[in-house]
Amino acid sequence: MSGCAELSFNVDNGYLEGLVRGFKAVILKRVDYINLAQCETLEDLKLHLQSTDYGNFLANENEDLTVSRIDDKMKEKLFTEFRCLRSHSVQPLSTFLDYITYSYMIDNVILLITGAVHQQPVSELLPRCHPLGNFEQMGAVSIAQNSTELYNAIMVDTPLAQFFQDSLSEMNLDEMNAEILRNKLYKSYLESFHKFCKENGGTTKEIVCPILEFEADRRAFIITVNSFETDLSQDERSQLYPTCGKLNPEELRMLASAEDHEHVKAVADHHSDYKLIFEGSGDSSSDRTLEGRFFEYEVKLNTLAFLNQFHFGLFYAYIKLKEQEIRNIVWIAECIAQRQRSKIDNYIPIF
Amino acid sequence: LFLHFGTMNGHAILYTGVTVAFWSTLLIVGICYTIFDLGFRFDVAWFLTETSPFMWANLGIGLAISLSVVGAAWGIYITGSSIIGGGVKAPRIKTKNLVSIIFCEAVAIYGIIMAIVISNMAEVSYSMFGAGLTVGFSNLFCGICVGIVGSGAALADAQNASLFVKILIVEIFGSAIGLFGVIVAILQTSKVKMGD
Repeated sequence: MSGCAELSFNVDNGYLEGLVRGFKAVILKRVDYINLAQCETLEDLKLHLQSTDYGNFLANENEDLTVSRIDDKMKEKLFTEFRCLRSHSVQPLSTFLDYITYSYMIDNVILLITGAVHQQPVSELLPRCHPLGNFEQMGAVSIAQNSTELYNAIMVDTPLAQFFQDSLSEMNLDEMNAEILRNKLYKSYLESFHKFCKENGGTTKEIVCPILEFEADRRAFIITVNSFETDLSQDERSQLYPTCGKLNPEELRMLASAEDHEHVKAVADHHSDYKLIFEGSGDSSSDRTLEGRFFEYEVKLNTLAFLNQFHFGLFYAYIKLKEQEIRNIVWIAECIAQRQRSKIDNYIPIF
Repeated sequence: LFLHFGTMNGHAILYTGVTVAFWSTLLIVGICYTIFDLGFRFDVAWFLTETSPFMWANLGIGLAISLSVVGAAWGIYITGSSIIGGGVKAPRIKTKNLVSIIFCEAVAIYGIIMAIVISNMAEVSYSMFGAGLTVGFSNLFCGICVGIVGSGAALADAQNASLFVKILIVEIFGSAIGLFGVIVAILQTSKVKMGD
């Protein structure tokens, strides 16, 4: 039946779709950001946030308000909303929502490993982990010496076990190898998520797969640009590129052999939308960095998800837009706290 | 087909198994009848003339009410779940959007009216089956249509209150479909006469 999605989607997911659209409606608008940017102190910021959907989330903060405290509280609120969605969902939405959390789990694992390398105690590291990526065996991650040990002892029972296929090695986990591990895990995760969405088919595939393809290409570009200073070999670099993006294997090979920014730009010029992203990033007068432009494009793709009904892309887009909102508010708060208001308008407005 | 068993989940295997069994039974029975020259036993004319018109009439009445109710139920759950979801963050939509539910319910009422009208006719006729089929299927699709539009109306209303009335107009056109089915069914049963 061609109308299959509309006819049966609401049985399991109608309530959650309505709920997510309600959450999306209270994401801060441009007007709210203008008000926030005019605050003089963090207390002012807290007052302005009270009139939005955030409400009194900072009400119980007695000691001095810091930016990291605001960040933690906002992440907690996002986590509460996500948990509400996840606990009401059934298959296949519950698998989709689990996939969204895996990227945060990967970040948490690498945070704990690099923290262990720097001899930081686990109790200090655990509060810094993202709540969306919590899993039971987190505390034990720091005892592993290399990735095979990590996998066999701890990760084999977690949902991340399926992503460890290509990244088992005997090398000790220092900073460089932890980053390589992060990128390999993320590549495996992105490809698996992309395959899952493709199998789901329908509007979910049409909405989410382009976002994931952009994510894959963006990671390829960022890895290339970041590896110019390091001694990462070409082979190692090409092993870290996710293959599920719009860049075909030929272009990925060109990226692997790129030596400077011009080469990367040449590869990006093959696709009209990536060309626009790289266009203004060369000159210093532009007000956004390359990363900022990537975030901007991602926000644009994610807002498109809300134009369709009866698909899972809404949930993914909502989480990503909320993440962007948290980044925006933290940026504004940092500018206020450090009294450097020149770049305070560098946030990315969402709606 | 067998190669895909590994990638399918339980439901898919069940459905393909049942489909394959059904069609292969039909095929084998048909081939056997042809081979053994027993084709004359597959007699459609005998079936149609020997079955009682009362069966057809009552089948029509049954289809009228049951398909209409399926359509109404389908529409109500599609709209209802969206209203509940949207009503969490925007409680004001709860009362206004009950209008969509009422439109879906009207579809079931058309079905029951036709069922009562048909069953109260003094003369039994084959056209009662046709009338029941007409009103049943048109109400089925009308109910689904109003449900999907109503779901969109609820979610749009939650974001922007001025959109509700505009989408309601689309719903009104959708529910007119069910009315067409009722009109045609009434016309079909108004000419009831048995044989000569």
